[in-house]
Amino acid sequence: MRLWPILLLGLVVLSSGCSIQPWVKPYERDRLADPIMAWDRDAISNAYLDHIRESREGSRGATGGAGGGCGCN
Amino acid sequence: MIAALLLIRSTSADVLPDNRADVFYSKYSGGGMDITGYSATGRAKITENFAVEANYFVDKVTGASIDVLSQASVIKDERKQKSATVEYLHDKTTYTASYISSVERDYISDTVSLGLSQDMFGDLTTVTLNFAETHDKVGENNGTADDPNVAWLGHAIERSYGAGVSQIITKNFIAGVNVQIITDAGYLANPYRSIRYLDASNPKGYSLASQVYPDTHTSAAVQLQGKYYLPYRAAITGIYRRYGDTWGVVGNTFELDYTHPIRNIWIFEGRLRYYKQNAATFYSDLFPFADSQNFTARDQNLAAQDNYTIGAKATYAFLPDGWKFFKRGTATVDFSRIHFNYLDFRNIKYYGVPQYQPGEEPLYNFSANVFQLFISMYF
Amino acid sequence: MFKSTSTLVKRCTMAAIVIASSAFAADASGPAPSFQLTTLAGQPGGLSQYKGQVVMVNFWATWCGPCQQEMPLLDQMYKKYKPAGFTLIGVNVDKEAPAVKDLLTRKPVSFPVLLDPANSVSKAYHVDEMPSSVIIDRKGQIRYIHRGYKPGDENDYQDRIRQLIRE
Repeated sequence: MRLWPILLLGLVVLSSGCSIQPWVKPYERDRLADPIMAWDRDAISNAYLDHIRESREGSRGATGGAGGGCGCN
Repeated sequence: MIAALLLIRSTSADVLPDNRADVFYSKYSGGGMDITGYSATGRAKITENFAVEANYFVDKVTGASIDVLSQASVIKDERKQKSATVEYLHDKTTYTASYISSVERDYISDTVSLGLSQDMFGDLTTVTLNFAETHDKVGENNGTADDPNVAWLGHAIERSYGAGVSQIITKNFIAGVNVQIITDAGYLANPYRSIRYLDASNPKGYSLASQVYPDTHTSAAVQLQGKYYLPYRAAITGIYRRYGDTWGVVGNTFELDYTHPIRNIWIFEGRLRYYKQNAATFYSDLFPFADSQNFTARDQNLAAQDNYTIGAKATYAFLPDGWKFFKRGTATVDFSRIHFNYLDFRNIKYYGVPQYQPGEEPLYNFSANVFQLFISMYF
Repeated sequence: MFKSTSTLVKRCTMAAIVIASSAFAADASGPAPSFQLTTLAGQPGGLSQYKGQVVMVNFWATWCGPCQQEMPLLDQMYKKYKPAGFTLIGVNVDKEAPAVKDLLTRKPVSFPVLLDPANSVSKAYHVDEMPSSVIIDRKGQIRYIHRGYKPGDENDYQDRIRQLIRE
């Protein structure tokens, strides 16, 4: 019974961002929007290197990145 | 076994990325093998909220790996991979669905993956979730490359669950963490690799036998990464990944990248990577006798090893401000040199006369060069 | 714990409903903060120059993709409604002028562009999305704030502008 408010909160937070004020303003994202700050500037090339490594190493997974950028909409 | 290549690689969920087409050439040379790859990719927005991407990749293998030289097994020759992805953006959420098909004469793999990427907290945080399922059909070519005779040995199913959080910390610094749990079941061994065990009745001092792998495997990996903008306009990236699985392999990866642009024309990148792992519990370079364990493996991938990579990449914008309907055009070369060092896998090339006592052969190591060249057009 | 979670849930749900509604929000209604900035050429420019007109202040940056997308449409809109007493001011938030000059040389616009490298005007207008367009009526009151840009939004802009011109 006590779990549902937390789940509902989670759902609402996920859909609204819950109006937490961002400390990096949208007009301060010039550096983050620079292509050199992208996690995967060339996704196909990075995927190819990952494939080479996974074919020879015993590890796999958790590579890549998302987010950042200009935050424009 | 074929990792879904497009898993945590979604972009920020605020706008769909620009339209882009790439043609790609790659060459791997190392350990006696040469692998040449060709690829073409295109992505386009159908509407502002809906984009599609398609990729075609061909890998051709020539030469012979250490397995061939030591065990006279057959080499694989060509792999074709096709993939298609659709992306849908609604508000601050991007939904992705992909299908990847990989076909070799003796290995067929199909993957379906689903992903979700959500921007939150004033677009400072991006949360990604993804799931992929792969079906593999594993075979062994008992003929030759020109006159094949493939025997299908079994199937495997792999399921992958991934989650990632990317967080903007300051206007110069972004950090992220990814977690991925992969579980597979079925025929999981490489049929071309064999184990060896001490056998006095054999002039070499050892005999070969088939590997026996468990039919399940579960792994978990966590990657921490951070990217920092240096005031004179450059970026430095640090990555650490820790991996562990039910086969006893623990792997640590450390990577440091430095990215340096020159105006909007050049981007140079330098890369240093170090990887180390211990051996799987059922791995051994030389077993004491036949059937000494329930599970046995002598696959290089499961041996205790480390490797060092030095890489450099240069991107040149030959169309920095676009031309006609192209917004930008770039050409990139990427070169990596990787040195592989095995701590318990020995070099057992057989020259006709036994040179070493079994178990006393030199440990194997080799260097590989990886070269990539690609042209990217943005439109 | 249940009580405080419940209040938090209520507050967040309210916030969600407000935010999830259309990109247009008639919030921050009140007098438009005045400002004085300079153009690329170094000429002074500010809101007070356009008293009595309907003004749209568009916050943009050279590194913002959707901003670039809407610029030509904003230019068309400016030319169309200028005779009726409408002005569009492009407030650029880039930290450095050379990239702005480079872009405007390649893709010129006819509406005035003022530079806000210190982000004082962005802060005064509580800009929380890039791009943002603030529409101010003839009396200097903020009437609408449009966040972001998606193709088709220019129709919304035109509807609001026509409405305010008629007042």
